[in-house]
Amino acid sequence: MTLTVNGEAVEVASPVTVADLVAARTDQRRIAVARNGEVVPRSAWAATALTEGDEVEILAAVAGG
Amino acid sequence: MTDDPFVLAGQTLPSRLILGTGGVPSLDVLARAITASGTALVTVALRRVEASTGGALADVLERCGVRLLPNTAGCFTAREAVRTAKLAREAFETDWVKLEVIGDERTLLPDPVELLDAAEQLVADGFQVLPYTNDDPITARRLADAGCAAVMPLGSPIGSGLGIRNPHNISLIRETVDVPVILDAGLGTASDAALAMELGCDGVLLASAVTRARDPERMALAMRHAVDAGRLAFGAGRIERRWHAQASTQDAGLAAL
Repeated sequence: MTLTVNGEAVEVASPVTVADLVAARTDQRRIAVARNGEVVPRSAWAATALTEGDEVEILAAVAGG
Repeated sequence: MTDDPFVLAGQTLPSRLILGTGGVPSLDVLARAITASGTALVTVALRRVEASTGGALADVLERCGVRLLPNTAGCFTAREAVRTAKLAREAFETDWVKLEVIGDERTLLPDPVELLDAAEQLVADGFQVLPYTNDDPITARRLADAGCAAVMPLGSPIGSGLGIRNPHNISLIRETVDVPVILDAGLGTASDAALAMELGCDGVLLASAVTRARDPERMALAMRHAVDAGRLAFGAGRIERRWHAQASTQDAGLAAL
């Protein structure tokens, strides 16, 4: 299935959870995830299965004002 | 000063200087500037993980022992800012947020309508909201009435280094609201920070003035002293301005020469 992850179309094998997707991208601890604009709490990552067309944002700390 | 604690959102902070990290040339320089500044609260932003420094920034800040203040930089609507704040709460495990809702790319001035909307939503959701706002006493009052933990009026546009363009309004804000007033944005050098504190501000938040200085560590130290000096001067009470001179040495006993 096709997801949009951080603005780019990505092909992934189903089923895939938010936890899987994050683990494939980064080993950073301070991460936040939005699925279709809504926050997915860390406690729900492993239980949140992604579906075709989902838009996922995986965010981390950067320096800023 | 032990008898002049800085209490923000229920926490006593050992420094009235809040440091932004934007524009820092390297993480090593950042760590040294943080140490020199004496700050206990440092802002961070959230961006896509590919654009991050791989966790190194968070690690440096953790080693410095500072509390993190996530911002909502880059948001133009209440909706974006509220979502960003909620994501930051997840990432950084803090309910404190520097709320920024920008009205225009060129000036980066706050959009007060969207800002107040976002502040109300975030306060209702349990956030400690520290809004970056215009130097407008009425907007500041509305934000304080909405339950914000502080108000953070700008001195001048972000990164401009123009200092405090409307000191009168900053004083008006200080006498208008009961929450801490933190001068945020536009400071260029130490005297600007001292002026903010002399006007009665409870704290100063600055980034570029330190991170873009030729020597960020030295400027961080200068800002630390400026904030302390300004606070002391505010507490001590400045003398009245006079049109003409007033001799400080007595006339009595003056020799006839």
